Amino acid sequence: MTLAVPTSLDDAVRLLDEHPDAMLLAGGTDAMVEINDGHRRPASLVIALNRVSDLRSWRHDADAGTVTIGAGITYTELMEPPLATLLPALAEASRTVGSPQIRNAGTLGGNLGTCSPAGDGLPVLSALDAKVRIVSADGERDASIHDVMLGVKRTSLEPNELIAEITLPVRSGWQGYAKVGVRNAMVIAVASACLAVDETNQSVAIALGSVGPTVIRCTEAEQHLASAVDWDTGVVDHDAIGRVGELVSAASSPITDHRSTAEYRRHAVGVLARRLARRAFTINGVAA
Amino acid sequence: MTVIEEPRTTIRSGTIGDSPVRPDGVAKVQGTYAFSSDLHADGCLFGATLRSPHPHARIVAIDLSAAWKLNGVEAVITAEDVPGQLTYGLIAQDQPVFAVDVVRYVGEPIAAVAAIDPETARRALDAIEVTYEVLTPLLDPEAAIAGGHDPIHPDGNLIRHQHIVHGDPSATGAVVVEGTYEIGMQDQAFLGLEAAIAYPDPGADGVELHVATQWLHEDQKQIAACLGFADEKVRMVLGGVGGAFGAREDISLQVHTCLLALRLARPVRMAYSRAESFLGHVHRHPATIWMRHHADADGRLVNVEARFVFDGGAYASTSSAVLVNGITMAQGPYACPNGMVDGYAARTNHLPCGAMRGFGAVQACFAYESQMDKLAAACGVEPAEIRLRNAMKTGDTLFTGQPVLNVAPVEDCIRETMALPLPDEPVGGTPLSDGSQDAMKLPGGAGRTADAGDIVRGIGWGVSIKNLMYSENFDDYSTARCRLADGVATLKFATAEVGQGFITIAAQIARSILGVDEVELDQIDTHIGSAGSTSASRQTWMSGGAVDAACRAARERLFEAVGTAHGIEPIRLMIEGTDVIDTAGDLRIPVVEASSGLTIDETIEYHHPPTEDLDENGQGNCHTAFAFVAHRAVVDVDPELGLVKVVQIATAQDVGNALNPLSVVGQIEGGIAQGLGLAVMEEIIQIDGVIRNGNFTDYLLPTFLDMPPVLATLIEQPDPHAPLGAKGVGEPPCISSTPAVVAAIRDALRQAGIDAPLDRVPVRPADICL
Ligand SMILES: Cc1cc2nc3c(=O)[nH]c(=O)nc-3n(C[C@H](O)[C@H](O)[C@H](O)COP(=O)(O)OP(=O)(O)OC[C@H]3O[C@@H](n4cnc5c(N)ncnc54)[C@H](O)[C@@H]3O)c2cc1C
Repeated sequence: MTLAVPTSLDDAVRLLDEHPDAMLLAGGTDAMVEINDGHRRPASLVIALNRVSDLRSWRHDADAGTVTIGAGITYTELMEPPLATLLPALAEASRTVGSPQIRNAGTLGGNLGTCSPAGDGLPVLSALDAKVRIVSADGERDASIHDVMLGVKRTSLEPNELIAEITLPVRSGWQGYAKVGVRNAMVIAVASACLAVDETNQSVAIALGSVGPTVIRCTEAEQHLASAVDWDTGVVDHDAIGRVGELVSAASSPITDHRSTAEYRRHAVGVLARRLARRAFTINGVAA
Repeated sequence: MTVIEEPRTTIRSGTIGDSPVRPDGVAKVQGTYAFSSDLHADGCLFGATLRSPHPHARIVAIDLSAAWKLNGVEAVITAEDVPGQLTYGLIAQDQPVFAVDVVRYVGEPIAAVAAIDPETARRALDAIEVTYEVLTPLLDPEAAIAGGHDPIHPDGNLIRHQHIVHGDPSATGAVVVEGTYEIGMQDQAFLGLEAAIAYPDPGADGVELHVATQWLHEDQKQIAACLGFADEKVRMVLGGVGGAFGAREDISLQVHTCLLALRLARPVRMAYSRAESFLGHVHRHPATIWMRHHADADGRLVNVEARFVFDGGAYASTSSAVLVNGITMAQGPYACPNGMVDGYAARTNHLPCGAMRGFGAVQACFAYESQMDKLAAACGVEPAEIRLRNAMKTGDTLFTGQPVLNVAPVEDCIRETMALPLPDEPVGGTPLSDGSQDAMKLPGGAGRTADAGDIVRGIGWGVSIKNLMYSENFDDYSTARCRLADGVATLKFATAEVGQGFITIAAQIARSILGVDEVELDQIDTHIGSAGSTSASRQTWMSGGAVDAACRAARERLFEAVGTAHGIEPIRLMIEGTDVIDTAGDLRIPVVEASSGLTIDETIEYHHPPTEDLDENGQGNCHTAFAFVAHRAVVDVDPELGLVKVVQIATAQDVGNALNPLSVVGQIEGGIAQGLGLAVMEEIIQIDGVIRNGNFTDYLLPTFLDMPPVLATLIEQPDPHAPLGAKGVGEPPCISSTPAVVAAIRDALRQAGIDAPLDRVPVRPADICL
């Protein structure tokens, strides 16, 4: 096994093109676990990405109202201002990831590269309709996040492609993330949800994690909530929130496994959606 | 955490009652301590174990040829290569070194290999071809007890049945409460994985094994039998042990490592991964316990009826002793004139179960404490009050007819726990400096699932009794040697230091008894008699007793020498500080000086008084001694999501005499973490006999953020039966903390208008909210 440590994106892409079976290594917090557990054999070539400076930077385009994050940005970086102020839901999701050590090493690109249904960054990317820039020796392409995540640990990346950066809109309006696990920290999500309000367009996005083979967007619930909100006051009726919870539960398609039951996951994700909506808006009616 | 205790009078540094720093503490904190998994020898080979993927199957054929052909593979061995006894076991020798003809659980060893590196060893395992005829597994302990199923082992499907009848078992009371309780399978989850290195003697007629274990001499006996050696041909040295909790009482990789090393005449090292560790050691027994309590209208117990079923898994291990611990503690730390208990330990094709901290008492306690809460509710009294009304006292009798002759300060444990303050922070804690909520203070923690308004708080109680030392006519003695010369005491014992801190208190004992400052500890190995196991909360009492006795014997020799030199009756001499003094005269000589040039060398075996077997009615003085503890848990619950945050645990523990208060507190905090784990998250999940969460991603242990502050009061009433007055403190903290946490969850839910039975641990979110 050889370890390549490219320092430019071009070099990384060229190496990957020459060795399509090579393994990309970012923070290694998924990849090394898989190797240690014997689920993955180290490929003949491992390409370490952490010295590729292009992947480790981010930029804010105030005119376009977007933030573009290099695939190698860590959770620790996402949790701190200015990124945390620009992308609050991503910061909240990052705070739920693992432990300080994992957050120092783990990257958003690696989260997407793994594409676990429980990846905590992914519901946020989905709720914000992220754009993913994918590069290869053939050039680069932009793909919608919804087209990149295909299923359980399955992306639409070709073997010679890598994720370079992810672009997200800076939205006005509340956004947040909540995650249920059986422990108070360092735990894989049993159910999670991101809710992001777009005040400009008077719309709401809700995306769910761990309740389907990949992240689920809840269009019906989103529309129900958006139409129930009084956008001038930010007030929404208590019953409408209850209905949002039901629609979210209905949109989920969880399984029963050793971590939880489908029934609990469906229930929990509905509760999370209600509570996130409660944080986003002022509730009219029964006290929360 | 806060420890609330009486200020101690001045204690000479490093002696009994002081809390000197552990000799291995700094190295452990800095990461330089050598655990057994760090052992290495030049030119050593790496062993690996092939394990069964089936819970029950006949082995039709094993083809080793492809494995042998791999470059770098030096040995491939199976049951055919075991020269001695083919099976081992702590009580019954029913567990094969390697499976012969049948496999009985997922993970059962079938073959082992040694290769030049771990990766080659792994590939060799992949190359071994085993042909199985898959059999229907026996997974229901009730079916094993009922007897309809074909025996899955020549010893049958029932490991032990024991009945206890006491007083008038048909007695009834005005108030009757009943319930069936379930306890899931918990893992000891020590951090230092199983590892050993074996050095064959030249000529391969003996072997030296360095291993992390709880009991060197028991390992030695079992290994020697399997190797076909005399015991002394197997020399055991304790490797650095990273926790044990019962999981190192049984043989795991010991025999395999020795067999490979002897076969190859080269050192061989074996080390388990976390996944393999889950398969390679025994676990806490899952149990189903039915209980019916009868009490008078005031809630005073009249009769307890109970039926215990422990799932022992595929091999006997210590199941029969776990069973007896469980059923003989059925009444809990409460006086009760009548009782009838039936207990079964069944054999199934699940993972084998055996010792884990609390050893049967944990399962019993979850059942009887849940019952005491039901009784309190039925009688309309507070949970603490019902326990005070029934609290056992010194001299009360167990259902076995055995009087509890130890100090039994059950009432003090409860009252002192009640006296500890409740948390002063409201639900969710005080807001952060920017006015926002600290998510870590709410159930759901980092997941930010709740706001303070979603949460209810509850309080729950748990009180328990635990027997100390081994029971049922077992002489689990301990041996210690003390040499004294030139003011330096040198101690030797085979007591396994597994992290509990015996090496610290052994030196404290020597300093106190002999008036020395300098104490050296010899290597922990089998070049001295047995110390018994580091389990059953017994080493402070047993090995502490042996060290104490050896030091006292050495002190007598010292007094004789001083007496002879100064023409004084040795009886007049005593140690004061670091001096020998004449109680009837002026003589005062520093021990350093008095012991200069002497060679004092004393070895003592310490035995506890004999215990008895139980008769067919479960009567007999089967236990050695008892310790007690009370726990009060404060828990915040999110009733809608079923998530829990334990906010505080208060405890008062009967410790006899705290030889090292800091060590005692360490045991209390650690044990509570383990009890909390069983209450709300820790469980090995097997589906159709296959483990599904044999890793730390999915076998969840409490983290720092799940562990609440602990308030502890040490009840120090020196026990006259205990050497140094000190009771074992290791197990009690994890026993009643579990039911206390669950009771607090039930209490919180009642305040939210929910009456959830929560008759199973660990409590899962869905048990609360669905
Ligand atoms: C103890 C522990 C706790 C954890 N807790 C959480 C948690 O709470 N929530 C959570 O979501 N995850 C958690 N994880 C998983 C992991 O930390 C995250 O998924 C993390 O984002 C992975 O990032 P990484 O940089 O470490 O990726 P790596 O492990 O380096 O890579 C992951 C995968 O992505 C591929 N890859 C990496 N970079 C790229 C790229 N630029 N382009 C294409 N493919 C790429 C790799 O080849 C690999 O297949 C945990 C892991 C551990 C060990």
